[in-house]
Amino acid sequence: MVVLGYGRYQPSRFNFAAMAGGFAFQTAFLVIRGHALNACPLTNLFEVLIFLSWSMVLLYFVVGTAYRLSLLGAFTSPLAFIFQAFALIAPLDSPPGPRARVVAHPWLETHAAISIIAYGAFALACVAGVMYLIQERQLKTHRFRGLFFHLPPIADLAIVINRLIFTGFILLTLGLLSGFAVRVEWSKVIWGIGVWLLYGGILQADKWRRVTPRRVAQLSVASFSVTLATLWLLNFIAPAGSL
Amino acid sequence: MDVFCLGLSHQTADVATRERFAFAEHELAACSLDLRRRPELGEALILSTCNRVELYAAAADSAAGFASVEAFLGARAAIEPADRKFLYRQTGAGAVRHLFRVVSGLESMVLGETEILGQVKKAYSLAAESGATARHLNKLFQRAFNVAKEVRTKTNITRGPVSVGSVAVDLAEKIFGRLSSCRAMILGAGETSELTARALMSRGAHGIFVSNRSFERAQMLAEETHGQAIGFEQWHERFDDIDILISSTSAPHVIVTPEKLERAMRRRGNRPVFVIDLAVPRDVDPAVNDLDGVYLYDIDALQGIATASMADRRQELSECERLIERHVGEFSGWLANGGSRRRSMISPAVALPAQATQTS
Repeated sequence: MVVLGYGRYQPSRFNFAAMAGGFAFQTAFLVIRGHALNACPLTNLFEVLIFLSWSMVLLYFVVGTAYRLSLLGAFTSPLAFIFQAFALIAPLDSPPGPRARVVAHPWLETHAAISIIAYGAFALACVAGVMYLIQERQLKTHRFRGLFFHLPPIADLAIVINRLIFTGFILLTLGLLSGFAVRVEWSKVIWGIGVWLLYGGILQADKWRRVTPRRVAQLSVASFSVTLATLWLLNFIAPAGSL
Repeated sequence: MDVFCLGLSHQTADVATRERFAFAEHELAACSLDLRRRPELGEALILSTCNRVELYAAAADSAAGFASVEAFLGARAAIEPADRKFLYRQTGAGAVRHLFRVVSGLESMVLGETEILGQVKKAYSLAAESGATARHLNKLFQRAFNVAKEVRTKTNITRGPVSVGSVAVDLAEKIFGRLSSCRAMILGAGETSELTARALMSRGAHGIFVSNRSFERAQMLAEETHGQAIGFEQWHERFDDIDILISSTSAPHVIVTPEKLERAMRRRGNRPVFVIDLAVPRDVDPAVNDLDGVYLYDIDALQGIATASMADRRQELSECERLIERHVGEFSGWLANGGSRRRSMISPAVALPAQATQTS
């Protein structure tokens, strides 16, 4: 990001390799923690944040490669870094113990894992939304910084935002349906439905062309911020170990 | 063996002089070989573009080599003694530096342009295939291509558009991505709007609508651009179908207002539109830029971007020269060692090109 600020960014294999290396470490952590818990590592907010940043990087590899958006990685990695740094610094973790048994039900694990990957898609839509808003502002004000030459066209970013929200929405729908198969904390059901309605509304408004692409980008940023904040609050309301 | 260069360019000679010295592309290989066969010269290569004619050679005695190259030129074209003042001569490190600067676009009329690299590659390819080059010039030109690549990737010398047409094209691509699905409308068939439309078409824009107060002029331009002429009063009816509007009428007042555009934008389902206002006085109310999805640029904004890009490129000059100087030092060292075979300076990535990547 510092290099970007100075306008000296060059897409390189090193950037991609650094992301791939980080992803390998994330995967290794989740596998080790999963073995220790004997369950999907989504038993507290610490693991949720790690899983969320893993999902973001996973989706970046899919979307960034498909749309040739190498710069999406430069914007995704700081967010993944913030999530993980917060997870490591804040006292969110507790040693694997009996709480693991709470999420041992396969449907509950499926629900949690799919839902977090859906939030990873929404996080990436938020990142693409920030990129859209930066590029759009430069085009409107006629003031171009080094970043302008590296950011993709706004039309491409608008498509990426839409598809990421759509992907997240489908995954969240599956996550909610799998959650209904088992008994899930009511506060989380309401929260999940709220997020589902929020993103469903954005998709519908976009489909009916009631909102401009700029508004969709703003909504993708605002919606993910709200989702993240409420997820944090929910951690205090819902009993531990039921994420 | 030393390398040297003799030539003239847009910096030293006018076009009338340059065209007397110029070589046609089909002559390059044979003429390079003829030059190389002169007893004073060991290797030779001729570069001829619209902005420069340069003859590179390797010889044991560069003074005799220069005389031989001048004799070759004199035998070929009607060169008068007065023409000598247009020619520059570079030897050893000076010739190496000159070539590295040429391929990097530092000696080009438009600083940092990249077309010259393709032209030099073509000239080298023709000379190498004819057998006019050998170890020294092969190493020199392969190294030059490496330097050009490094200058282009490690500095911003090629960044940013430097003409009104290229600014318009670059902005359109930053808004829409690929222009192959974009349709444009020319409102007022002026020369600048026509050039801008052609620049957009060269990148894939199609389905040009032309609207002009003189319908005949609109029809003429529509034919030239494979577009469609429409009456001046009907332009706004086709606004829903286009992505780019280029306006350059001679109207004394604005003809595109926020009210008109706001209604049109709703009908368009909020698809973005790029509005290029080339007219003075302006055809488009500046307030339309406040509408969501409308990107308005007038002639001053476009010219300002082109000027700023050129200034940015000039700022990169010292960094480019620093990079080039390092390579000049290395190559000169290799030449001073008599072109030692012990240590290859050329990366395998820049092996002799099978064929040129661009035409001159």
